[in-house]
Amino acid sequence: MKTDNHTRKTGGKFYKAFIYLLLITLAILIIVPVAWVFIASIKQDAEFYGNPWTFPEGIYLTNFADAWQKAQMGSYMLNSVIVTVIALGLLLVIALPAAYVLSRFKFKGNAFWNMLFMAGLFINVNYIVVPIFLMLNNGDKAMRSIIGHPFFLNNLFMLALVYAAMALPFTIYLLSGYFKSLPKEYEEAASVDGAGYFRTMVQIIMPMAKPSIVTVILFNFLSFWNEYIISMTLLTKPGLRTLPVGLMNLMAAQKSAVQYGQMYAGLVLVMLPTLILYILVQKKLTQGMTMGGLKG
Amino acid sequence: MKYNKGKGRFIFFCLTPAVILFVIFLIIPTIDVFRMSLYKWGGYTDDKTFVGMQNFTKLFHSDKFYQAFQNSILLIVIVSVVTFAFALVFASMLTREKLKGQNMFRIVFYIPNILSVVVISAIFSAIYDPNSGLLNAFLNLFRGAGSEPTLWLGNQKIVIFSLAGAMIWQAIGYYMVMYMASMANIPESLYESAGLEGASRMHQFFNITIPLIWTNIRTTLTFFIISTINMSFLFVTAMTGGGPDGATEVILSYMYKEAYTNSSYGYGMAIGVVVFLFSFALAAILNAVTRREHLEY
Repeated sequence: MKTDNHTRKTGGKFYKAFIYLLLITLAILIIVPVAWVFIASIKQDAEFYGNPWTFPEGIYLTNFADAWQKAQMGSYMLNSVIVTVIALGLLLVIALPAAYVLSRFKFKGNAFWNMLFMAGLFINVNYIVVPIFLMLNNGDKAMRSIIGHPFFLNNLFMLALVYAAMALPFTIYLLSGYFKSLPKEYEEAASVDGAGYFRTMVQIIMPMAKPSIVTVILFNFLSFWNEYIISMTLLTKPGLRTLPVGLMNLMAAQKSAVQYGQMYAGLVLVMLPTLILYILVQKKLTQGMTMGGLKG
Repeated sequence: MKYNKGKGRFIFFCLTPAVILFVIFLIIPTIDVFRMSLYKWGGYTDDKTFVGMQNFTKLFHSDKFYQAFQNSILLIVIVSVVTFAFALVFASMLTREKLKGQNMFRIVFYIPNILSVVVISAIFSAIYDPNSGLLNAFLNLFRGAGSEPTLWLGNQKIVIFSLAGAMIWQAIGYYMVMYMASMANIPESLYESAGLEGASRMHQFFNITIPLIWTNIRTTLTFFIISTINMSFLFVTAMTGGGPDGATEVILSYMYKEAYTNSSYGYGMAIGVVVFLFSFALAAILNAVTRREHLEY
């Protein structure tokens, strides 16, 4: 018995060392490429020839200035900020009341709409972006004859509206789940005190839903900020590009012009906001993920 | 509620904006995909002719379609098998063993999931670059600096695996965190009694952990297929554009090309319909095959 116990213990030690080795290897495989981009972003173009593992000779910040101005990443970033903020705002204003009503009110058609929004979880953006483009394009044809210029395509607000629409099924699903868990007494007490439906929703229910609202904002921020297929399709004017699309173009241009430093600086500009946000809220994000259990 | 005054109006105001947005941007376009697949149509003109199933017959006689289909299936299989195996094993290690820096590992593993696919594609394009890339530079440590560089994205035989590598890198952490959450709910006493009876860690993993989180595994599997189909499209668009010579063309990138570049929207939408039906069929099959008795703990 004693020897058996002993071997198990030493076996355990080896096993633990083995696990650490595996975990550290995976961690390195994830950190090194990301860190390498940061390091490459301060290298001069000439330094990209030769061994890619060498550290930069100095901190060459011109890359960032070039990416920001010459490659227009600055204005793309502004576009991305505008679209993301508007889309998040629209989404909350539209999804919160809908989720509240769908999860806590009995009315005719409730089951139908609940089911339809659920089915929306399975609708795939990548197919329907083509009909959406055509729809907006047709709208523009009509607009040209009415107001003299196109309106729907190449419009940051329209892109934000499409983003908000795409996020509706998941957001309503997540918020409804939360609202369902609240006890009925809150509304009853509010109604006894004479509060109307609207006031009850805004002043009593919304503040309680804060944790799930934070989750919704985090997830949708990441998906709006990182999105590129819809953006690429609906914004055809170069000046209106969002960051990921601008980066794609920078990558394509870099292949011929060999401006590596600029490209890596552009990459850092796209990554940095999400990384900072992640570091600040990583616990909420991973908790929220398991709460929702889905990602678009 | 004590009074019902204005209830109907309140519901109407709360629900209408969401319904309108949902119908315009999700329902109508989805119906459009199916409807357009029955037409021969260039997209920009009003000139469309109803051709019935003709787009579909054309599709099933197209070598390009079969190649794209094959590539998609290959990616689904490689990426899902590797991701699932690693995510499960790593999640189990992190939940079962008392490790130092557990939280740190979890934070790091989740990082790829917050990055844009464009960013990941750019990183991997740099890693795979034949001359200045990290991967060849690393391999040269073993095979000598003068050896022929491997064209990770240029060699038709390798490129699909290079893509799979980037997709696995992106997906592992997400599924790992997901499994960790469900594994954390398994009572420790089950493992303790199994340990007393002499069950090895491997036994415990296959006979306790896996059966108890089976429901979770099933859900993620179905979800994973649909997401791999989408992700492969995004990665292909950002990294290879379907090349070299169609070696990485996947079904959705083929659809996109036919619809926009070749201006055959009807045909493109027929591809969309096939992908749509295919992913649902696959999900249904998986659902049936993986059905087990539900275990309680």
